[in-house]
Amino acid sequence: MLNTVYQLKRPRQFEAVFKNVELDDKHVLIRPTYLSICNADQRYYQGTRNKEILKEKLPMALVHEGIGRVICDPTETFKAGTDVIIIPNIPVETDEIIAENYLYSSRFCSSNEDGFLQEFIQTRPDRLLRLPEGINPSVAAFTELVSVSYHAVERFNKLAHARRDIIGVWGDGNLSFVTALLLKKRFSDSQIYVFGKHRQKIAEFTFADKTFEITEIPEKTEVDHAFECVGGNGAPRAISQIIDHIRPEGTISILGVTEDPAPINTRMILEKGLVIQGSSRSGRKDYEDLLSMYKRYPEIIDYLENIVGEQVKVRTIDDIVRAFEKDIYKPSGKTIIIWDK
Amino acid sequence: MEKLVYAVILAGGHGTRMGNLDKPKQFIEIGGRPVIIHTIEKFAVNPKFAEIIVLVPKQWLAYTKDIIRRNISCSVSIVVIPGGDTRNETIMNSIKYIEDKGKLTDETVVVTHDSVRPFVTYRIIEENIRYAMECGACDTVVPASDTIVESCDGKYISHIPDRKIMYQGQTPQSFRAKKLRDVYASLTDEEKEVLTDACKIYVLKNEPVHLVDGEVSNIKITYPHDIRVAEAILGGTK
Repeated sequence: MLNTVYQLKRPRQFEAVFKNVELDDKHVLIRPTYLSICNADQRYYQGTRNKEILKEKLPMALVHEGIGRVICDPTETFKAGTDVIIIPNIPVETDEIIAENYLYSSRFCSSNEDGFLQEFIQTRPDRLLRLPEGINPSVAAFTELVSVSYHAVERFNKLAHARRDIIGVWGDGNLSFVTALLLKKRFSDSQIYVFGKHRQKIAEFTFADKTFEITEIPEKTEVDHAFECVGGNGAPRAISQIIDHIRPEGTISILGVTEDPAPINTRMILEKGLVIQGSSRSGRKDYEDLLSMYKRYPEIIDYLENIVGEQVKVRTIDDIVRAFEKDIYKPSGKTIIIWDK
Repeated sequence: MEKLVYAVILAGGHGTRMGNLDKPKQFIEIGGRPVIIHTIEKFAVNPKFAEIIVLVPKQWLAYTKDIIRRNISCSVSIVVIPGGDTRNETIMNSIKYIEDKGKLTDETVVVTHDSVRPFVTYRIIEENIRYAMECGACDTVVPASDTIVESCDGKYISHIPDRKIMYQGQTPQSFRAKKLRDVYASLTDEEKEVLTDACKIYVLKNEPVHLVDGEVSNIKITYPHDIRVAEAILGGTK
């Protein structure tokens, strides 16, 4: 069957191409419904990744956060009409030690596979999860982002020492909001401190125990462990600040993506005996456990509804551009694409 | 709940416009498969259809059944029956087929589509179903990109309509089947001769026809040149 794929041809320019999809008995055909734009998509759209990477990856359909509706499932796992969350990570092997999202062989939508800006998405049934009943579809659209935080929090839990009186989260964007929220629910005895650049943004972190502007952190403020959710050009400064304020033998979880290498104060890392752990993406188990967490703490969904930003109905390629442009100029929140293309 | 919607794939063409290619245009391959197969698949994956009725010239019945059997594995029922002498007669054959099965009700909808428009999208099909149900009839169109010029004698311009209100018709065209049959039956033989477009019958009889936004990519493969265009837009290899 001919499938329309809306690829980014070069920065800021989308183009419809048609690809033949073989309808077989191993894959499910999904119609995307609600999608969400990630900063990684923006780096392609705006062309801020380096030229060699852009040349290698484009043309490619963007977007890897989203939900859809099952159109046709020859595997008989889902009934037609079932709403599902689509996992963008596609492992092609299993490993007893290394998680699916860290295997070199895994594919990832909108990185080395076409993303979700397509008429249909064809995927394996194990890359789909039934959408919980009654969940706001605009929140469900960015389950991938939340699962990435969930994955990082669980890895932190396995690695970090047991004294977790204060956990600091650096950053005031969506990733930081979600990570701080999950930490607050996951470790109810811990105090969650949030360190951000913009006063009005950190004011939204109402569930946090304390919030700080990064230019006005009292000298004696300390955290046992820290999460870096800044990324980009601000990441080196955030990591440096974390090293200053973290207590000995603390764990620093790095989640923010930087384009350039970040210089870090190795002397103090050694002196304090710090542990640095990187986390990216997530796997099926993270999604499953996260959905159980939503069930246990339904108020998480209420908080997540607060970061739903612009919701753009997309019927034309111009609408796709409009959604990405609105996303650039938004003060905060997740831009949702209601897919009707 | 019983499904009320039927896909009607019109493959009446004998291929006379395809230059020296000997097969009708719906059987020419693009991307390694016959055009008609790509088209049928777009409907076959949509769970709203009760059945897909493919109408072809009598001499191509066996051939069409063979290529469908070889290429399409979906569980949806696909039937191949002979078309009529004209486009409208072909559509009437499909409605008669539904009626003979005892399935024709006031709610039955037919989504009629050219077999040579394989780039139709899921959204277009969905909106056809919706507006045929809500309004009784709909037609897929795109805004006219060229100025339309009217000439009654073929020599001089008699009228130039305002391009802003001009659209180019594509397919699908969708209807409540029973109503379409009744409206068509009310035409005289002369009217049937002239009214080659099903939507035009409705307009003539003052029946509403809702517009559905088409896509410029929803091209009709008519001329040899179109095959090259189709192959080019199918060129998404990466």
